[in-house]
Amino acid sequence: MTATAPPEAPPEVDLGGEARSRRTDKGFTGLVTLAGLTVLIVLGLILVTTSVQAWPAIAEGPIQFLTGSTWDPNDELFGTLPFLYGTLVTSLIAMIVAVPVSIGIALFITEVAHRRSRKYIVTVVDLLATVPSVVFGLVGSIVLIPWVTPLYQWWAGVVAPVPGLNAIFDETNTGRNYFTAGLILAVMCIPIITSISREVFATVPEIDKQGAYALGATRWEMITGAILPHSFGGLVGASMLGLGRAMGETIAVALVIGGSLGINANLFAPGNTMAAVIAQQWGESSGLHTDALIGIGVVLFAITVLINFLARIVVQRAELQMKGARS
Amino acid sequence: MKLNRRAIFGGITAGTLAFGLAACGGGDDSDTGADGDMVSGEINGSGASFPDAYYAAAIEAYAEVNPDLIVTYNAVGSGTGKSEFGEGLNDFAGTDSLVGDDDGVEAGSFQYIPTVAAPITVSYNLPGVEGLQLDQDTLANIFQGAITTWNDPAIAATNEGVTLPDTAITIAHRSDGSGTTANFTKFLDEATDVWTLGSGDEVTWPEGSIGGEKNTGVAQVITQTEGAIGYVDLADATETGLMTASIENAEGAFIQPTLEATTAALDGAEVNEDLSYNPLNAAGAETYPIVAPTYILLHTEYEDETVAAGVKEFVNYLITDGQDIATDNYFAPLPDSLREQAVTALNDTIA
Repeated sequence: MTATAPPEAPPEVDLGGEARSRRTDKGFTGLVTLAGLTVLIVLGLILVTTSVQAWPAIAEGPIQFLTGSTWDPNDELFGTLPFLYGTLVTSLIAMIVAVPVSIGIALFITEVAHRRSRKYIVTVVDLLATVPSVVFGLVGSIVLIPWVTPLYQWWAGVVAPVPGLNAIFDETNTGRNYFTAGLILAVMCIPIITSISREVFATVPEIDKQGAYALGATRWEMITGAILPHSFGGLVGASMLGLGRAMGETIAVALVIGGSLGINANLFAPGNTMAAVIAQQWGESSGLHTDALIGIGVVLFAITVLINFLARIVVQRAELQMKGARS
Repeated sequence: MKLNRRAIFGGITAGTLAFGLAACGGGDDSDTGADGDMVSGEINGSGASFPDAYYAAAIEAYAEVNPDLIVTYNAVGSGTGKSEFGEGLNDFAGTDSLVGDDDGVEAGSFQYIPTVAAPITVSYNLPGVEGLQLDQDTLANIFQGAITTWNDPAIAATNEGVTLPDTAITIAHRSDGSGTTANFTKFLDEATDVWTLGSGDEVTWPEGSIGGEKNTGVAQVITQTEGAIGYVDLADATETGLMTASIENAEGAFIQPTLEATTAALDGAEVNEDLSYNPLNAAGAETYPIVAPTYILLHTEYEDETVAAGVKEFVNYLITDGQDIATDNYFAPLPDSLREQAVTALNDTIA
């Protein structure tokens, strides 16, 4: 190869000229920046327009709007605390159930499952994500609820003598409650958290894992020592996406939560969430009631942003600690 | 494709109109309906979901009468329907409630046309207890949580000879804002002195009560919960096979929710000048007391004459020939007197 004639001098090949390529480069940069800004602009517009529309309802008493526990459109009393409580409680239940299960599935797929069966499991989990949420709600209200109601009643009986637990799991006559909604949300979050966790685990350098094995670690020790510290930030991110879905989920929750107003420590009591109440009451609302419903949307939006922000801080701190301790 | 079709229809309409005018000269009767000129085009309405089953069936049947007029109805809820009406987004609106100050509809710019009515049943799940009879005060006390068990003396008083269990009462209600809730609570509010929860599309129900999504959801809650009692429309109560209570009417008789008893209630109701009427607790020995009316809102002025003609013809169908379809869908047709008033109002509104 070296013996052949030298190639034609590069400058003679016209690539469009330096000026033009620089222009294209600039144009591209501008275009991509614009695309990036679109997200910000859209978010900003949503926040501004919803806030403006919700203002008449919120202005009557911003504190009352957030902390009031009476929601009575007839008397134009709008307190969103019961819905806020419902959203947080159901999302918390969903997270408690979904995060360990999803991480388990992801670890199973990346570390334990046989290479050939791996892709089938991935497909099945991803399929779960394609089921429309209204289907989850219908299955919940028609199939799950009659089935779990006796279970709830049995469990309430079992923990009745235990102080603390008997307040959380109290008597019930219905399966339409926070707990069922939390379970349905958990199932809906699992595919999201799983597939991101799987991607995160895949980024763990092979050398870390082999290093752990070389030091005599068992598989469990390798997972806790090499994989989890490396993936912590990603796992929190995955959980946050799941949490976002859980907090914003509307119709599945509306169908199973029982739609009643109240703040109840009993997880087996019917309640309501912010997203669900907007969907339920929107169609027949008017005037100040409509504004108040939009106001709920603003609060939900603010809380989601706040939680994501907190999560980011948690990730940054934890990553520093973990990397410092283990590397 | 669509444009082409419309253009062709337009051409045909223009042709028939011209032909009709030429042929009829001065001697035509201005009635629309089954005779002669069919209106073509597209009209759309939106609003109440309560009469949607009837409107949907009527639209389907109407398509056979006049396939050239395409009618759509979106069951988006009375509130949304009214605000869309106010903004001119639909050609007619369906509503269960009357137009209020903050609905976005200008006073004097609309006309109510009553179409059908339906009873709101009080359905319950209490195995072994059939033909439950409830007087109005007891009904109110049950739904505001003042009576909590089924063997309460107040319930026993109107149900002699029936063995009532000591099962706890679970209230089932609509979780979505609903004209059904509004009518049911309005009945309790107007008919009884004991009712304290007020009335409206949403009410703050007692703690421990369970909300279901739409009528179907409430019917589900009742089926799934022993000791439950709730208000459901007749269609869902019948199709779910729920037990319905007989409710005391204005004259002290206990009446089952049937379509006949509903039409009787419309007959007994006083109709206002704007054609709105209140059929709750209406006079008459055979009337069922909890009846929900529903209306169509018409603009008093339409910009487009074809649309006006289309709306007129379809609404005319709803309150005349279409009434037969109503009973199949568990809606009560209007009594003759009210129907005539509605037809007159329709002809006055859209000339």
